[in-house]
Amino acid sequence: MFDSYRSNTLQYDPVKCINCGMCTTVCPHAVFAPGENEVRLADYLACMECGACQMNCPTGAITVESGVGCAYAMFYAALTGKDEPTCGAGDDACCS
Amino acid sequence: MSGTIFTFTTPPVHPTTNHLTLSDHWDHLRARVGINRSGHLVEPGLYSLGNPTPDSPVFVTANYTLSFDAVRSSLDDWMKCYILVLDTKGINVWCAAGKGTFGTGELVNRIHITGLADKVNHRVLILPQLGATGVSAHEVKKLSGFRVEYGPVRAADLSAYLKTHKATPEMRRVQFNVIERLVLFPVELVKVLPYLLVISIILYFASGPLAAAGAAAAMLAGIFLFPILLPFIPTKDFSSKGFLLGGLIALPFALAAYRYGIEPAPCIHISRAITPMLLMPPVTAFISLNFTGSTTFTSVTGVRKEISTYTRVMAWMFASGTATLIILAILRITGW
Ligand code: SF4
Ligand code: SF4
Repeated sequence: MFDSYRSNTLQYDPVKCINCGMCTTVCPHAVFAPGENEVRLADYLACMECGACQMNCPTGAITVESGVGCAYAMFYAALTGKDEPTCGAGDDACCS
Repeated sequence: MSGTIFTFTTPPVHPTTNHLTLSDHWDHLRARVGINRSGHLVEPGLYSLGNPTPDSPVFVTANYTLSFDAVRSSLDDWMKCYILVLDTKGINVWCAAGKGTFGTGELVNRIHITGLADKVNHRVLILPQLGATGVSAHEVKKLSGFRVEYGPVRAADLSAYLKTHKATPEMRRVQFNVIERLVLFPVELVKVLPYLLVISIILYFASGPLAAAGAAAAMLAGIFLFPILLPFIPTKDFSSKGFLLGGLIALPFALAAYRYGIEPAPCIHISRAITPMLLMPPVTAFISLNFTGSTTFTSVTGVRKEISTYTRVMAWMFASGTATLIILAILRITGW
């Protein structure tokens, strides 16, 4: 209950991996580590669901539900009943 | 003649420097404080730094002045290069990539518009690593022929990166050091300040200076102390960290409130002491929770969980705190 970050939506299928190394390059938290024939999921809990690995994996070995981890956006989504929280450019965006 | 027609169809390359002027710094200051939030942009397109040749490297960045200036100012004087600026509507690389405006489509589009393929011999683009969230390297290659190379997370490491075209593991990791945490403070302060003033003034007249100071302390703890102390508060979730911090800040207020004035009934003393303990922690926790959006650590799944776990507790504490505050104010005004 006091650790909300114990799980996430990252999924990796080593069978599809061609060991190109893109995921280890793009991940800012070193979630993937180089391996002999395929990369290893080295630090699953560090994943912040940014989606960079999925975006750059050429074989579709990685899936992750990525989104904006912005609390303002989520409160907004919760209040307005919209399910996909996004930051608006131009209007009062949470990030700049 | 055909050459003339060609130069008409591709926009000119804008020359730029690695030198930041006073007005650049002024613009950065305003951006950091959150003034004119969507107005800190440069024109998208191709920029040249130090007379580049067709062999010079091409860096890609967002058209937010802080992003663009971070890239050009971190490049050395002798470095000749192109900077391709994508149209991200004045949003930084990380947030724009999350939204997809710093993305495959815009990159491929901008390569075509600027005629980049005719300006350079090679087919390599150096992107900031945090742009990978919006860009698919293999798609870019397929659509434009350009190979995407992800540079370091921080522009400051660009020079070191260029020497080997390899980023060390440190260059690949995001950090969230005290300086990076503190630059968030001005924007948060500007966001919270109007509420802080209004609430403190109301409280001042309803319950006295102590209550007004308590409200200000709870909010300032959230926007200033929280980012500084973030790694040192011994719980995992941002909200529980905020509750702890707010509770600590509330303690002296509770003590002072308990001793305040001479009252016949001990229950009044106790209610006075309880009020800051009920009101201050949820305020600090709420502001702390909002920092999840500014960090590069929190996953959407986790933040969603945090919100559903803690907001109810925050609301209940805040509501019952407000109720005791109102009752105490009524008792005070009616001269009980
Ligand atoms: S989603 Fe982001 S943080 Fe998670 S593994 Fe992929 S690149 Fe790393
Ligand atoms: S990007 Fe995909 S294919 Fe390449 S190493 Fe990672 S998981 Fe394997």
